[in-house]
Amino acid sequence: MSGGVDSSVVAGLLKAEGHEVVGATLQLYDHGAAVSRKGACCAGQDIHDARRVADLLDIPHYVLDRETRFRDAVVQDFADSYARGETPIPCVRCNQTVKFHDLLDLAQGLGCEALATGHYARRVEGAAGPELHRAADPARDQSYFLFATTPAQLAFSRFPLGGFADKAAVRAEAQRLGLPVAEKPDSQDICFVPEGRYHQVVEGLRPDAAEAGEIVHLDGRVLGRHAGIARYTVGQGRGLGEASRDAGQPLYVAALEPGRRRVVVGPRAALPQQAVPVGEMNWLAPPPAAPRRCQVKLRAREAPQEALVEWDAAAATLLVRPAVPAIAAPGQACVLYDGERVLGGGFIRRAGLGVDMVGTAA
Amino acid sequence: MNELYLDANATEPLRPEARAAVLAALEAGGNPSSVHGAGRAARRLLEGAREDLAARFGARPQDVIFTGGGTEANALAVRGLGQGRRVLLGATEHAAVLAAAPRDTGGAETIPVRPDGTADLAALEALLASGGPALVCLMAANNETGVLHPIPEVAALCARHGALLHVDAVQAAGRVAMDRAADSLALSGHKLGGPPGAGALLLRPGLHLPALIAGGGQERGRRGGTEPLPAIAGMAAAATAAVPEAAGRLAVLRDRIAAGLRALAPEAVIAGEAAPRLPNTLSIVLPGVPAETQVIALDLMGLRVSAGAACSSGKVARSHVLAAMGFGEAAGCGIRVSLPWNAAEDAPERFLEAWAAMRARLSRRAA
Repeated sequence: MSGGVDSSVVAGLLKAEGHEVVGATLQLYDHGAAVSRKGACCAGQDIHDARRVADLLDIPHYVLDRETRFRDAVVQDFADSYARGETPIPCVRCNQTVKFHDLLDLAQGLGCEALATGHYARRVEGAAGPELHRAADPARDQSYFLFATTPAQLAFSRFPLGGFADKAAVRAEAQRLGLPVAEKPDSQDICFVPEGRYHQVVEGLRPDAAEAGEIVHLDGRVLGRHAGIARYTVGQGRGLGEASRDAGQPLYVAALEPGRRRVVVGPRAALPQQAVPVGEMNWLAPPPAAPRRCQVKLRAREAPQEALVEWDAAAATLLVRPAVPAIAAPGQACVLYDGERVLGGGFIRRAGLGVDMVGTAA
Repeated sequence: MNELYLDANATEPLRPEARAAVLAALEAGGNPSSVHGAGRAARRLLEGAREDLAARFGARPQDVIFTGGGTEANALAVRGLGQGRRVLLGATEHAAVLAAAPRDTGGAETIPVRPDGTADLAALEALLASGGPALVCLMAANNETGVLHPIPEVAALCARHGALLHVDAVQAAGRVAMDRAADSLALSGHKLGGPPGAGALLLRPGLHLPALIAGGGQERGRRGGTEPLPAIAGMAAAATAAVPEAAGRLAVLRDRIAAGLRALAPEAVIAGEAAPRLPNTLSIVLPGVPAETQVIALDLMGLRVSAGAACSSGKVARSHVLAAMGFGEAAGCGIRVSLPWNAAEDAPERFLEAWAAMRARLSRRAA
């Protein structure tokens, strides 16, 4: 229970259905330190809200201190990923570790029969076991962030909000249940960087990601300087300064070269990839023995696109060939769909195209 | 679900004597500072409570300062007596004392504890000999382990070195006989079985300290603010009722739990078992199982115990007490069982049954 409307409604619904509900709130970071306000409580308003909702529902509720685990498994990984020239997706790491591993383990240890969360996704009983499906509301669908849930974790999990038509319906349910958080605004951005200055977090943990370097054109020309690769992501057009245009043509980040601290830029047309390598795959359906057509999502905020995927079981690597070549940022997730169903997903790897050629061309 | 309350060190159940005194004071009304009849009536109750409390703990009535609770009593002593002195703090002190220590004047120094949880007297002596006049803060009994520091010996050391001694007696008061060797002694009403909202600082005759809250000059200018008379009356009544002889019964129950644990789980460790301890407190370390998980599992079975000191967010932090005793990683795996004054005779058996079930489920997973 985050203290927000979604998980509060989940708790209220399950309680109303007659389940014996135990509320858990994860204390993931020192709120006072995160907002740089001296004397602010380590917990913040959200934990207070979660406890008030639990009080109202008359369910036992516990605040679990996961600061150390979160820092090591999520925040450090977030910084390391940027230092590797990637664009991390910390919500997936958090789901993989703090939530669907540790919390689920605790729930089982306490004798619980399921772990319910406020995620917008659907768990559907299929012929061969539980399947993960997109939420009924495509605008709220969070299945992209849940791709790494293993089949065993999925079997134990419940997503009661997956079938709601939209957020308004969830808020109406909160009203109906009399929850004090019905009107609470949605949380924004990454939870542990409330001010949105994520590169400060990265630079604190990985100063190397903040070291200045060159901005280089794909053809090898040095066009300018940057203040750390952590400020860039593949496809980005802002923050390039004098290197943002070349002969009137706008330039975009084509690749990040952590070893040489270089940001590689090129014209928009040079960015899309024919083939996107994907690693750390988690399958929620049998892996395809032969190349198969399906839909893929290469970033959180886009509709699934048609693609051909090839699974190399020996190398544990998936090669994704989008029907229309697409911009893919290493570190982001690539999630495979068959219509509504999530087939699996993994993390986008560096393509190795173009990047290494820059130095030789110069 | 049958509830079993074993968290007396968090707060004791209200004693009937305290309840009666609270209700009488509430009915009486009046502000002890008022000059009229209602004020005089309230003042009579207040001074009666002061005399009772002073008599109970061997102080003079004029040396009793009523406060809003144990934390305030500790802060008043540490801030007031620590002025111009080095502050030496026991490693296992409660946050009420640790957080009150001055941070600007070079910070406080730590008195280490030995593996059994008692203060390392040789280290204390070395600290006292190494610098200027000091204020030593050592608790009579630890809130997590129940371990008693050797206060008479500590007091003798302090006297030899011209140091003041402040004793946080919040957990010891009413449970063990107490030596009045300290320069100041902090008490808490609700830990004695009174209502929350009142505490007291008892001073050695002739010792003066400045107020933290000046206000209207109450408590001889040492604590401003209208005295919370019902809470104070309840504290005094509870203190009179809480006699160490009665707490001896709890030691028998505690030892039955300890014996049961030994038979059930050879891996479980009782922190500070070798040291003199409070009769009601047992700190049980179950290596490999986070304290937080143990507390939740037991709570869901109706057993109210605690781990470390919970902060206002409710999260469970690693115990600095167990860490100071050298428990290392296992400092995050200890729970505190503290029997209330009215503990039922079958509490040990009920606790052991639930604890065994908890251990069977959680130890297997941790392994």
